[in-house]
Amino acid sequence: MAASDLKSHTYDVVVIGAGGAGLRAAIEASALKAKVALVCKSLLGKAHTVMAEGGAAAALGNVMGEDNWRVHFRDTMRGGKMHNNWRMAQIHAQEAPDRINELEAWGALFDRTPDGRINQRPFGGHTYSRLAHVGDRTGLEMIRVLQDKGVHSGIDVHMECTIVKLFVVGGKVAGALGYFRETGRFVLFKTSAIVLATGGIGKAWQITSNSWEYTGDGHALAYEAGAELIDMEFVQFHPTGMVWPPSVRGILVTEGVRGEGGVLKNSTGERFMFRYMPDMFKGDYADTEAESDAWVKGDRTKNRRPPELLTRDVVAKAITKEIAEGRGTEHGGVVLDIASKQSPDYIKKKLPSMYHQFKELAHVDITKDPMEIGPTTHYVMGGVKVDAETQESTVPGLYAAGEVGGGMHGANRLGGNSLSDLLVFGRRAGQYAAGKRGAAPAIPDAEVEQAMREALEPFEHAGENPFAVQSALQAIMQRDAGIIRDKAGLENALAELEKLKGRARKVGVTGSREYNPGWHTAIDLQSLLIVSEATARAALERTESRGGHTRSDHPDPDEKQAREQIVIKKEGGRMAVRREVQPPIPADLMALIKESV
Amino acid sequence: MTLFRVFRGTRDGGGLHDYQVAATEGMVVLDAVHTIQAEQAPDLAVRWNCKAGKCGSCSAEINGKPKLMCMTRMSDYAPDETITVTPMKAFPVIKDLVTDVSWNYEVNKRIPSFQPRAPDFPDGTWRMYQFEVERPQEFRKCIECFLCQDVCHVLRTHDKHEQFMGPAMLVRAAVYEMHPLDEADRRDYLRHEGGIGFCNITKCCTEVCPESITITDNAIIPLKERVVDANYDPLAALWRKVTGKGK
Repeated sequence: MAASDLKSHTYDVVVIGAGGAGLRAAIEASALKAKVALVCKSLLGKAHTVMAEGGAAAALGNVMGEDNWRVHFRDTMRGGKMHNNWRMAQIHAQEAPDRINELEAWGALFDRTPDGRINQRPFGGHTYSRLAHVGDRTGLEMIRVLQDKGVHSGIDVHMECTIVKLFVVGGKVAGALGYFRETGRFVLFKTSAIVLATGGIGKAWQITSNSWEYTGDGHALAYEAGAELIDMEFVQFHPTGMVWPPSVRGILVTEGVRGEGGVLKNSTGERFMFRYMPDMFKGDYADTEAESDAWVKGDRTKNRRPPELLTRDVVAKAITKEIAEGRGTEHGGVVLDIASKQSPDYIKKKLPSMYHQFKELAHVDITKDPMEIGPTTHYVMGGVKVDAETQESTVPGLYAAGEVGGGMHGANRLGGNSLSDLLVFGRRAGQYAAGKRGAAPAIPDAEVEQAMREALEPFEHAGENPFAVQSALQAIMQRDAGIIRDKAGLENALAELEKLKGRARKVGVTGSREYNPGWHTAIDLQSLLIVSEATARAALERTESRGGHTRSDHPDPDEKQAREQIVIKKEGGRMAVRREVQPPIPADLMALIKESV
Repeated sequence: MTLFRVFRGTRDGGGLHDYQVAATEGMVVLDAVHTIQAEQAPDLAVRWNCKAGKCGSCSAEINGKPKLMCMTRMSDYAPDETITVTPMKAFPVIKDLVTDVSWNYEVNKRIPSFQPRAPDFPDGTWRMYQFEVERPQEFRKCIECFLCQDVCHVLRTHDKHEQFMGPAMLVRAAVYEMHPLDEADRRDYLRHEGGIGFCNITKCCTEVCPESITITDNAIIPLKERVVDANYDPLAALWRKVTGKGK
């Protein structure tokens, strides 16, 4: 097909991805009078944000008046093991309360405190009760509010449209090529400003809480466009995913269960988290069951938090160790028990969707019986390197917000900081992208035609089933680039991924271009291969253990590497890896981090 | 092995195709469809995202009953029972199990948007109490699976999409109508464009809702009462005239 016959649109701003970050960016750009397209891989309102359960972290101080942005900043930096982009962590902590209040002005219905304010719940790594929430379906509330705000803001929504290529002409963003799932037809978006809000890469692992969409498209598009990726070794394995029955393995069990008093036990019945207190957090958490129980019952000023609420990296590694040392359950998990800590009515009220999920999918009544849980791939801290203020990448006109952006969460993300991240930085990306509007450089027809040819190649020949290659990739990443890594495993992963690149080039699809999942999977494989290789290369380069990155051959953190970032960039057709030292944390902020509260 | 009969086809027609799937413990119908897709028919079209009953993407009809495929366990059926999976009937087929649900999005766009009262405090915030937000919170549980639209006979049998917004969109309107801060008046919209009078309270929508939203009793009937009050209650009309208050 000639590029001149192609359906094309011209916009001031094109936002790719319609979860919280994409919607918030589109709303902001539209409010600044930009002509905005919102492109989503699924139907509107089905993005991953919809599955977020526990809440959005913001130092509103509604429940515990001592809270403020400084403590939130401190918690975020400590949770991120001091690897965070400090400026992003600061902006995030300062602006999150306004972003939450703004959602209320747009119709959000958060759970309330007795005096009628937005209620806040405790969560892992947060010093004070900080998560604005709606039971355990906070993401659904947020996406619905943003969705309704968005559709009444005059944004053009292009649903079930996958972007396969970004065009950069003369060093500047010029547009994007996508296809509609329904028809299989291509569409060209011409624009000088693109906001990536495509989420994460969790589909590269076997056991994952992520859906089919999470194939790292934004990371891969940015990489191919010449942008830099950072921190790709830092992948968050959420401590609590379902483990049984096999068909539900990986589905998320909210941290809210532990926030509401749920405890972790091994097969001997021991509450093992007391044994896993890292030095950094000593003194911040309860060291007896009696103190933990008193905290759960509501006396939160005199008692410290239970150790189950340590940061996710710490809890996930503890669970992995318990299982590896033979203290796991029958199906290879550990026990999460809230039934013995809270009444059935309280559990159903605070955790309705968890109650429903276990009842329907595992035939377990969580108000009576414990849950079996284990770690599941959940989130990537790494992403496109962006400017903290504007969210612009190293390619002018290309922005990234939400999970696809890197830096904010450092080596480990605190629960609840994702929903606030996507509001704070979604808004900023939309604002600065709208400021970038102007004539986009013309995209050469030949480039568009080549991109279309490449996308259609799987139809040209008989070949291997793309689902088989995807499944092989997931097995490699699970085994060699999972929670615990080492040099030999990562080198093996890179060698295996190299072989898979060859197989991926030769996959074949049958049938028509209309709504053909085989073809979609063949295209997504290209993104998965890029993000998997980036993760493995960065993980091999970082010779220490920090946050979500654990090397059994380098089990300790190395302070020299704390502020070093592994940067990945496409150079001469290959993936180049280098180290870069982040700017130092200013003294006044450093003092906040060290302060004990 | 379980025999699956899955609709394969497009807007132009199609039919049921047979596939054998080996059931594993805890398997849901969506797993079986994915197994068929990965091993036997890579071009079998199906929508899904969360696989945990939270996104409302994988709606279909299983042995004739509108359900989420991800929340329907194969153990709910007898081991020798054939499981037939067809697309939602109230919407046009795009391909296989995927239907064109864009009409719902068009209707949603036309529902008058949220209009809050002026903030209660100079910092731009309001106070609302839990008892006030609980009713609209029930409606916000809606995952937009559109199974209620699929089962509603006004849409399914009588094809009144032009005149009736359907239970899902009534729930959507009810969120804002019963929102403690909202001041917009949607009664005229509900009566005319929304066609709320078409609902004759058979409650099929409530029965099919995977989120157990009491659609008819808590959303539609109160909305009907508001519409009726607005139009036929002479005292209310006089009150509005005297006070100028809309609600």
